[in-house]
Amino acid sequence: MKEFNYTVQDALGIHARPAGLLVKEAAKFPCDITLKCGEKKGSAKKIMAVMAMGVKKDMEVTVVCEGDKEDEAAAALEAFFKENL
Amino acid sequence: MKVLSGKAAFKGVAIGKVKEFGGKQVEVNRTSVTDVEAEISRFEAAKETASDQLGKLYEKAVAEVGEENAAIFEVHQMMLEDEDYLDGIKGMIRDEQVNAEYAVSMTGQNFSEIFASMDDDYMRERAADVKDISARVVRILAGVEEGGAVMEEPSILVAEDLAPSETLQLDRSKVLAFVTRKGSTNSHTAILARTMNIPALVMVSEAENVDGLMGIVDGKEGKLIIEPDEETLKSYQEKLEAQRKEQELLNALKGKPSVTKDGRKINLYANIGGVEDAEAALANDAEGIGLFRSEFLYLQSNDYPTEEEQFEAYRAVAEKMGGRRVIIRTLDIGADKQIDYFELDKEENPALGYRAVRICLNKKEVFRTQLRALCRASAYGRIAIMVPMIISVWEVQTVKEILEKIKEELRAEGKEVGEIEFGIMIETPASVIIADELAKEVDFFSIGTNDLTQYTLAIDRQNAKLDMFYNAHHPAILRMIRMVVDAAHEAGIWAGICGELGADTTLTEEFVNMGVDELSVSPAMVLPVRNKVVNM
Repeated sequence: MKEFNYTVQDALGIHARPAGLLVKEAAKFPCDITLKCGEKKGSAKKIMAVMAMGVKKDMEVTVVCEGDKEDEAAAALEAFFKENL
Repeated sequence: MKVLSGKAAFKGVAIGKVKEFGGKQVEVNRTSVTDVEAEISRFEAAKETASDQLGKLYEKAVAEVGEENAAIFEVHQMMLEDEDYLDGIKGMIRDEQVNAEYAVSMTGQNFSEIFASMDDDYMRERAADVKDISARVVRILAGVEEGGAVMEEPSILVAEDLAPSETLQLDRSKVLAFVTRKGSTNSHTAILARTMNIPALVMVSEAENVDGLMGIVDGKEGKLIIEPDEETLKSYQEKLEAQRKEQELLNALKGKPSVTKDGRKINLYANIGGVEDAEAALANDAEGIGLFRSEFLYLQSNDYPTEEEQFEAYRAVAEKMGGRRVIIRTLDIGADKQIDYFELDKEENPALGYRAVRICLNKKEVFRTQLRALCRASAYGRIAIMVPMIISVWEVQTVKEILEKIKEELRAEGKEVGEIEFGIMIETPASVIIADELAKEVDFFSIGTNDLTQYTLAIDRQNAKLDMFYNAHHPAILRMIRMVVDAAHEAGIWAGICGELGADTTLTEEFVNMGVDELSVSPAMVLPVRNKVVNM
């Protein structure tokens, strides 16, 4: 299992467009990828679940990768968050 | 006869049948099915069709409004493929043995309620997205034609408000006018009306239950007249006829050069305030873009727009305009245009304060981001950069140094940079007086007559008490324009006008005689000004 934390900087939070990009990025890896924010959690591979979490600016999210290629997935997603959110 | 009032968003008269947009809702009934697997296959086929439709919409939107604005359709497509959503629908068909229409509609509603309950305006809008995609699948299942308004005859389209996805699906040749109950003069519908050159009204809140009735849109007075009496109809038919004749005359000028009878040529360009307006510029046969106000990128955003976002917008316009010149003005905020995240201090006298290039030369990173985006976009069309509010030669030299460094930097990164013309706005009396020196530094001048007039006459246009002193044709302004044009030609560069005065057809002849090389006007004014030029 591999995980990292990130505090969202984007003024709109994880809104529709970045949610779509995030799901596309997550879909590239075979492992399970879970997004946690406070009490809520959901699969980062499902756009409705990601959007329904309603992550806003300054909220901290935890991304957990578990399974095949979890190291690559965590590294790629961490870079993704820094670049887009 | 009923007269409903609203706000005029674009001028003109239209007479025709009123058509309510989205009037045809598919009614969903719950029925039980015996062969659940067949019902699931039926749903899956409809989902594939919906996905194809969204894919095509996405491509159409990329071409028409740019990748940034088109992204929503791609997100719709992903939502449609969402596992939880699909499982919800299939599960319901299987467990409750119900028809696909019902399962899609209920599941869509459940998901949209999750979004609707969130304490976040932006996310609440997603509730509409889920409903939108579900309605699409239901329409396909029910075999109902796409598009909330299937118009058999040219009609006046009435709607609550129109989303980009909705206007993209319209058969534009059948829309006589737009009327929305909500919206603003800057809404998507208003912009589209300007592009299509048809009348539009917004905020006509009483336009309810008018579907199928005879109507008149008066885009000058901001009125929608329902079931007009004979006399009213007759008077508007005359107006429409006059409008039609004038438009015909103007349309005949499309594709014609803007040349006077004795062979003097002037470039007629359009002023635009967003990517979408480029279409209006082309529809009115503008020969280029003389002023692309880049502020919209900053105004519509909650934080500094990224290089990528800006690049996409500039590239979209450059590509759309083909080989025609696109002059993009660098950030011009401050004074009457305030943006929260710039955190500018309140000023005693903002018109004479911290604005435009003065901000850019202080917030260098913000400026660099914009210039990098502009340089990258220059590989995709004929881009020119124009800097506002110049008063001194050193400002121009400093901007040029920054620009040159950025070009080198981009080339070192292996990115392509095209030929870029570099010009400045002449909108301060100081820049007029030293125009000869400034001309040695740049490729062109564009005279911003609005600010130049306010600074020269020391008159605030917003102050109604000053109306008796104000004269748009003040000899001081006309002499200044002549000085600028002469200084430009002396140095071998060209000079244009992009302020309101450029569209004043009572001055067109004088401008041509002065030797003004370019006039940039709102898209709808391109042909009227050309009409003036070809007849002189």
